[in-house]
Amino acid sequence: MTVMNMVQAINSALASEMEADDSVIILGEDVGRAGGVFRVTDGLFERFGGDRVIDTPLAESLIAGMATGMAMAGLRPVAEMQFMGFSYLALSMIISHTARMRNRSRGSYTVPIVMRMPYGAGVKALEHHSESTESLYVQIPGLKVVVPSTPREAKGLLISSIRDPDPVVFLEPTRSYRLFKEEVEDGSFTIPIGESRMVREGDDVTVVGWGAMMPMVQEAADASEREGTSCEIIDLRTLSPMDSEAVVRSVKKTGRVVVVQEAPMTCGVAGELISRLTSKAFLSLEAPPERVTAPDITVPLPQGEKYYYISPDRIYNAIRRAASY
Amino acid sequence: MLTDDFDPMRGQMLSILDQDGNIVDESLVPSLDDDMLERAFRNMVLSRVADEKAVTLQRQGRLGAYPPNRGQEAASLGPAMAMERSDWLVRAFRELAGLLWKGLPLDRYFLGWMGNEEGNRFGAENRITPSSIPVASQYAYAVGLSYASRYRREDAVTFAFTGDGGTSEGDFHESLNAAGVFSLPMVFIVQNNQWAISVPRSRQTASTTIAQKAVAYGIKGLQVDGNDLLAMYAAAKEAADRARGGGGPTLIEAYTYRLGNHTTSDDARRYRLASESKEWEARDPLARLMKHLYAKGVLDDRKTEAIWKEARQTTEDAVSKAESFPPPSVEEVFRHTYEEMPPLLEEQMQHIRRDVGGGT
Repeated sequence: MTVMNMVQAINSALASEMEADDSVIILGEDVGRAGGVFRVTDGLFERFGGDRVIDTPLAESLIAGMATGMAMAGLRPVAEMQFMGFSYLALSMIISHTARMRNRSRGSYTVPIVMRMPYGAGVKALEHHSESTESLYVQIPGLKVVVPSTPREAKGLLISSIRDPDPVVFLEPTRSYRLFKEEVEDGSFTIPIGESRMVREGDDVTVVGWGAMMPMVQEAADASEREGTSCEIIDLRTLSPMDSEAVVRSVKKTGRVVVVQEAPMTCGVAGELISRLTSKAFLSLEAPPERVTAPDITVPLPQGEKYYYISPDRIYNAIRRAASY
Repeated sequence: MLTDDFDPMRGQMLSILDQDGNIVDESLVPSLDDDMLERAFRNMVLSRVADEKAVTLQRQGRLGAYPPNRGQEAASLGPAMAMERSDWLVRAFRELAGLLWKGLPLDRYFLGWMGNEEGNRFGAENRITPSSIPVASQYAYAVGLSYASRYRREDAVTFAFTGDGGTSEGDFHESLNAAGVFSLPMVFIVQNNQWAISVPRSRQTASTTIAQKAVAYGIKGLQVDGNDLLAMYAAAKEAADRARGGGGPTLIEAYTYRLGNHTTSDDARRYRLASESKEWEARDPLARLMKHLYAKGVLDDRKTEAIWKEARQTTEDAVSKAESFPPPSVEEVFRHTYEEMPPLLEEQMQHIRRDVGGGT
C-alpha cells in the first residue's frame, strides 16, 4: 500500500498495465516528455519510450480515430483528451466509428480503447476547461462511461477500463486530482465496471453522486447526520452501463432520494436515474425525488462560478427537503 | 521515381495507356505478366457487372440506396493489385473492384447494401474495413491501423481511400499531417471523380491538383490518370514499395469520373452537362484496358465473351446467396453493441420481444 493522490494512482494504473501488456499504448497531446498537462503520464515516456507514449499532433479527431484504428488492429490504446471541453472535436469520430465499429462489423472488429478526459469545474480554469458533459457520451450506444471519485477507485477502475473489450470514456474529476490522498494497493487490481459503490449505509435518505461530487455529498450527509437524518450514500461510479438496480434497492428501503449531478439539469444522468426509480420503486417513494444539478447555462468563468457549481449547502438543503416531505 | 518525374505542382499527371489503349511511354509500363493482366480484366468486368446489378436490384426494391462505381474501377483495382495479403484496405464506399481483388466475398458486399450488418462480417482476416460513410473520417483510423502494424513490426502498408470531397474535411488534413509526422507506411488514394454529389471539384479546393496537397504535409504526391489501370498500378506499387522501405506515406490523386449518379437517390442530370459525361464515357477504364489487351493478344472475342458470361453467373450466384441470408433476429440486433450485454439492454430486448416479436 502507498498513500497516493488521484494523479499518482492513475499514473500507477497506467504503468502497471503497460508493464504487463505491450499492447497498451498511450497517445495524446503533451503526454510524452511533458508527462501531460496534469502530469498524469509523468515518467512513462522515459520508462516505455516514445513508440508507446506518443505525443500526437494537436488534433483530437485524429487522436480518437488513431486510437480506434490501433484497437481494430489488436492494440489497447489509452488516449488522452487534454480536457473534456476539447473532446467535442473528436465527438464525430467517437460516435461514428469508435462506438459502433463492433456492431457495424458484427464483431469482426472491436475497439477496446480508453479515452481519458479530465472533466469538471471548481478549479478556477479558463473557458472550455470546466465541462461536465457526460450525458453526451452516456447517450451513445457502444460506449461505457466511468467516473472515479477517489485515488483507489481511479486505479482499480482504470485497470478494468484498459482490459475492457469495449471503448470506455474515463472521466477524471480535475478538482479531485490532488484534493486528498488515500492508501492504494501497489500492484494491479480491478474494480468492476457497471457496479456502484455503497459508500455508507443509512436509513432515511438515499444520496447518489459520482466523481467530483462525492466529497461534497459526504460533507452534506455528515451535516444531515448531525441533525439526525441518516443518509445512505451511493457512488454511481459507472454512468454507462448504469447500476440503477442498486439505487432502486436502496430507495425501496429509504423511500427518499437525492441525486447530485455536476452537469446542467436537462437530459442529465440524474434525470435518467430518477426516471428509472419512478418506474421501479414507485410505490416505495415517500417524497418526490430531488436532483441537485447545475443550471442549464454555460459554465461561468471563475468570478461567476459560485452561481453554477454545486456546494455542500445545496445538497444539504435537498436532503432536508426530501427528509421532511 | 514517378513522384520525381511527375510533379503535381507543375500539373504533370502520370498516364501510361491513352484513351484508345495505346502505350504512351514504353519505359513506364509496369511489369505485369499476361496472366495478371487477364485476371485484372476479369476482376474489372465482375465489378462492372455486379455494380450494374446492384443498381438494378435497387430499382426493383431488393437493395437499398447504392453508390455506383461505374467508371472508377481502375482507381481502386490498380492499388489493390499492388497490395500484399497483410496490407490494410481502408475503404470509403466506391471501391468495389479493389475490394474484390483483395478478397471481399461478393455476396457479403450485396448483403451489406441490402441492409444487413452481416455484410460486414468478413475483413479482420482479409484486412478490409467496413465502408465508411462520414466522408474522409476513415482516414483517421487508417492512421491507427498503420501505426499498429509498424509497432508490431509487420510488413503491412495501409491503403486508405476517399474522394475529392473528402479532401475538404478536417480528418483528411489531420490524418495526412499525422501520417507525415510519424512517417507511416501508408498510401492515401483520393478518387477525384470531379463531383461530390452536386458540387464540382473546383468548389472543394483552390489548389490546381489534389496531389499537390502532399507538399504541405512533407510527403510524396502524384496525380495519376485514374482510368488507366497500368498507371494506377505503377503509382501504387511505387508508393507501397517506398512505404515498405520506411520512406513514409504517399498521396495519390486518381483523376477519374463518376459515370453514374452519386447514389441511386441522386440524379446527376440536375447539375452536370450531358456532354461532360459523354466525354468521360470515351475514357472508360474497362474499354481502355480491353483495347490494350486485345492489341497485346491477351484477349480475343471468345475469351472476352466467356469472361462476361462468367461474371454474370458469379453475380447471380452472389445475389442469390445474399438474398437467402435470413434477416437478423432481435438478439442479433442487440448483441453486438457490447461484448457482454448489460442488464438494461437485456431488459429492453425483452420489451421489444414482447411488443414486436423478433424470435429468440
